[in-house]
Amino acid sequence: MDLTVGPNQFFWSADRWAAFYDDLAAAPVNRVVLGELVCSKRLPFFQDRIPDAISTLLTAGKEVALTSLALVTLKRERKQTAELIGMGVEVEVNDLTALAHLPQGTAFSVGPLVNVYNEGALAWLAARGATRVCLPPELPLTSVATLAKAGADLRVMIEVWGHGRLPLAISGRCYHARMHNRTKDNCQFACEDDPDGLDVRTLEGQPFLAMNGVQTLSDSYACVAYQIDALQDAGVRALRLSPQSNGFGAVCGLYRQLLDGQKTPAQVTDAICQLDANARLSDGFLTGDRGVDWSGSRT
Amino acid sequence: MVMEIVCPAGTPAAMRAAVSAGAHTVYCGFADETNARNFPGLNFGRNEMREGIAFAHAHGSQVLIAINTFPRAGDEGPWHRAVADAQSCGANAVILADIGLLDYAARHHPDLRRHLSVQAAAANADMINFYADTFGVKRVVLPRVLSVPEIAAINAETAVETEVFVFGGLCVMAEGRCSLSSYATGLSPNMNGVCSPASHVDYHNDNGVLDARLGGYTIHRVQKDKPAPYPTLCKGCFSTTDKTGHLFEDPVSLNAEQLIPQLQKAGVTALKIEGRQRSRSYVAQVVRNFRAAVDALEAGQPMPEGMLARLSEGQAMTTGAYKKTWR
Repeated sequence: MDLTVGPNQFFWSADRWAAFYDDLAAAPVNRVVLGELVCSKRLPFFQDRIPDAISTLLTAGKEVALTSLALVTLKRERKQTAELIGMGVEVEVNDLTALAHLPQGTAFSVGPLVNVYNEGALAWLAARGATRVCLPPELPLTSVATLAKAGADLRVMIEVWGHGRLPLAISGRCYHARMHNRTKDNCQFACEDDPDGLDVRTLEGQPFLAMNGVQTLSDSYACVAYQIDALQDAGVRALRLSPQSNGFGAVCGLYRQLLDGQKTPAQVTDAICQLDANARLSDGFLTGDRGVDWSGSRT
Repeated sequence: MVMEIVCPAGTPAAMRAAVSAGAHTVYCGFADETNARNFPGLNFGRNEMREGIAFAHAHGSQVLIAINTFPRAGDEGPWHRAVADAQSCGANAVILADIGLLDYAARHHPDLRRHLSVQAAAANADMINFYADTFGVKRVVLPRVLSVPEIAAINAETAVETEVFVFGGLCVMAEGRCSLSSYATGLSPNMNGVCSPASHVDYHNDNGVLDARLGGYTIHRVQKDKPAPYPTLCKGCFSTTDKTGHLFEDPVSLNAEQLIPQLQKAGVTALKIEGRQRSRSYVAQVVRNFRAAVDALEAGQPMPEGMLARLSEGQAMTTGAYKKTWR
């Protein structure tokens, strides 16, 4: 199974962003998707660093793709989406707007924010040129298995969300701005203070969600360590690891060792929790009653 | 041309009420997971649908059938049958969200008019035209993330008709792209046609304080003598290190009645009312009011004012994303 690094979902400084991808060149991953997924206002801060990052990663032997924006409403965002086509690397479509600009016959990949819930959607995307699809995180293992089988017939690689805070919702409204009594247009980039999102708790203090500008994430970090055998049996070809601000290189290494049989799921999850003692894990979308559930506590 | 009022019907009785109250168009769904209001006791059996459509057509109203959840992998049959049955029941159009189902309907039922559901979250002209060119979509229900000037800009760039929500429940997140409910309860709008389902709600009473919980998470807390809002996830009360409150949205519902003239100028074809889970008397009252508003507009008369405030059940109203400051 391959490891893919998904696009960073958070707003990091350009230097932090560039250093992250420099480090990633040495990580044991096969593929890196980069670019701005969540908010078009962030892109100008690191846009000029993207070509160097692509070049570094390609030199290190990684496959590289550029993500499209998750929700495209403004003229400027449509232009940004259209311009992705000319960047010289594959586009990961995370909103069908990007497909509108992609010439018929151009190969592309599909990210987890496009709704691919069934064989019909998968077959249509394959006919349009999709070669790889990262499935929406909310799909249960039964659906994943059906789609992985269909993907094999259609020559589409099926990838699954493997690690990281889950992208649960995207909105026209910026919640970071709202929290500071600002509007999105005058957000003053409040989200830059939270490199892994801002923890959102219930009134009883229960950890629940994480706020990231216009995006809402899970509090828990998805972790499929205990599902690796089932995913492999199902024919899933890649796992997606989603960037976090600390210890991400170690996370990549742990999943590689797990896939290579050098570490057990328990060793991997213990090590992940040692990187961040407050991290809560989940794999409930695959096998639990609810997305937040964690099978590790049952084993 | 007079703006089209598109009204919800969760039951045959509500459909008759909406038609009798002057609905130009009624939308509804089959009683299963194929539609995004899959609530117990709601929606239409096949015979009910056939009879309801015959009644609507006899009174000059049109019927749209929402088949707007995402078919289950390995089990697309119920969704395919819903499209076929919508055509044989005489529906004027189907409202679809899934690209696989749009492709299926375009190939197998090319004569059945296709509308793009709000659940597809098509929020710009490029994407809308793409759906029109690829799947022959004739109308798009716009996601609730756009301001009125943005809607006008879309209409200037597309021949696809636009339909916008004007009244009722309000999604804060882009529709069809939200897994908050399944994260907390296991049931989602996309897969099961439900959000924050009542089956996972409980109320907990302690020392004069009433907690409303969803999936075990406390979403609202009020003094026992105060009304407790339904614990819809995105309208709950939460805390960060700095602030406690309705971090995503207040417990409000949408009312854009006063924006109808602006929406008409923006080129909008149809005004949609949310609420297939509502009673027939509610539906009839909302329909009458909106019909009066568009008829007044067409006759060049002033809009009736504040006509629907009493129907909001004490909830606050918002014009949502139609005003840019909402963002």
